[in-house]
Amino acid sequence: MIYLLYLLVYGFLATAALGLFLSWVDRKVTARVQYRVGPPLLQPLYDVVKLMGKENLIPAGASRLAFVSAPLIGFSSVVVVSALLWSNNLNPSQSFMGDWIVVIYLLTIPSISIIMGGFASKNPLASLGASREMKLLIAYELPFILAALVPVINSGGSLRLGEILTWQAEAGATATNLSGIIALLVMIPTIQAKLALVPFDIPEAETEIVEGPMVEYSGTGLALFKLMKNMLLFVIPFFATILFLDGITFQGIHILWGALKIVVLVALVTVIRNTNPRVRIDQALRFFWGPVTLLAVAAVVLAYLGL
Amino acid sequence: MSIKLKALLKSPWVFHFSTGSCNNCDIEILDCLTPRFDIERFGMLLAGSIKHADVLLVTGSCNRMSADRLRKLYDQVPKPCLVVAIGECSMSRGMFIHSYNCPVPLDHIVPVDVYIPGCPPKPEAIIAGVVKLIEKVRSS
Repeated sequence: MIYLLYLLVYGFLATAALGLFLSWVDRKVTARVQYRVGPPLLQPLYDVVKLMGKENLIPAGASRLAFVSAPLIGFSSVVVVSALLWSNNLNPSQSFMGDWIVVIYLLTIPSISIIMGGFASKNPLASLGASREMKLLIAYELPFILAALVPVINSGGSLRLGEILTWQAEAGATATNLSGIIALLVMIPTIQAKLALVPFDIPEAETEIVEGPMVEYSGTGLALFKLMKNMLLFVIPFFATILFLDGITFQGIHILWGALKIVVLVALVTVIRNTNPRVRIDQALRFFWGPVTLLAVAAVVLAYLGL
Repeated sequence: MSIKLKALLKSPWVFHFSTGSCNNCDIEILDCLTPRFDIERFGMLLAGSIKHADVLLVTGSCNRMSADRLRKLYDQVPKPCLVVAIGECSMSRGMFIHSYNCPVPLDHIVPVDVYIPGCPPKPEAIIAGVVKLIEKVRSS
């Protein structure tokens, strides 16, 4: 019963509300960077509600089962991973062995669902976007895992997120060490790529292949994908906060400090996306497997040396 | 009015289709997205794919080639959707009214909800037209 509560209240409701809010922050900051006013606070909610009410179209010749189930798979994996992160953050003693691995696995499923939906929709632009998404996944996953390994090594080889959090509460946040700072620096471009934001929005390139894998989705499927993306905008910075910045504490004034960490991470990601042009897929692959992976390996080595 | 329509009016995503216009109306539509007018204040975004659109902005006098495409596009928009005719050409075919290549006006091909006159209409006129459209749907 308590697990159901976590799944519905924290995993879905809280994460969806925060994700919609952060997506508003993203759009508002974008607008301010471009000297515009920007949309009202409830705009992301209006978008999702509107898309829920629209007609669902399935293209002729598409694989119906894969096309319809892809958004559900991605959305449910985000709900599960956010419930896992919330339960670890609210009660660090509640974690189980290896939930670090489970979170990393579940965070790749949204990308896989996008690939699935893109290939199922029988549209050349969607297939192109899906194949790019696949290459991008291969590119950023290695530095992402290496960077996420640093707090594990720092906290004495514990694969429980709860123990990583309690270790940080005693010894200070991971980002206060040299290895932690480098790993956080590596984490920021991988967050950008995981969220498919502008320097690495190659799979969705709106001006080039009109939102790629999403091109044939309408109505509820598109609403679920949008909601999934908005929730990821909260979940991935939340995961980075747990790993590097001591999580969020829910006691009195500390909640503001926790909210500040997430909002600053999202605003940083937004500013990066507004000041950079899109790169090609081969440039992205070279960037992630070259300098970023080298930095991540350096951070892992430094963490082993205890720095 | 249902919650479906209420949300639609709060976030109308527009798809922009030129049926062979001289591009002046298209430039004026893009002007609405600039910081000076900023229609994202009202939740409007330009949709790249017709499947994401709620409002179809049509410019230009429909010629024989584009009339088929317009009809196909209209069939692909997820309903409910609204159609806005922008510019003199899309309303009455303008100076092309006697052309062999423009057999019928736009509203004989797809149902049009609001007409915005002008050659080209100013961005203010486009925004005023969309406001009228929203009021029309709200009162119906």
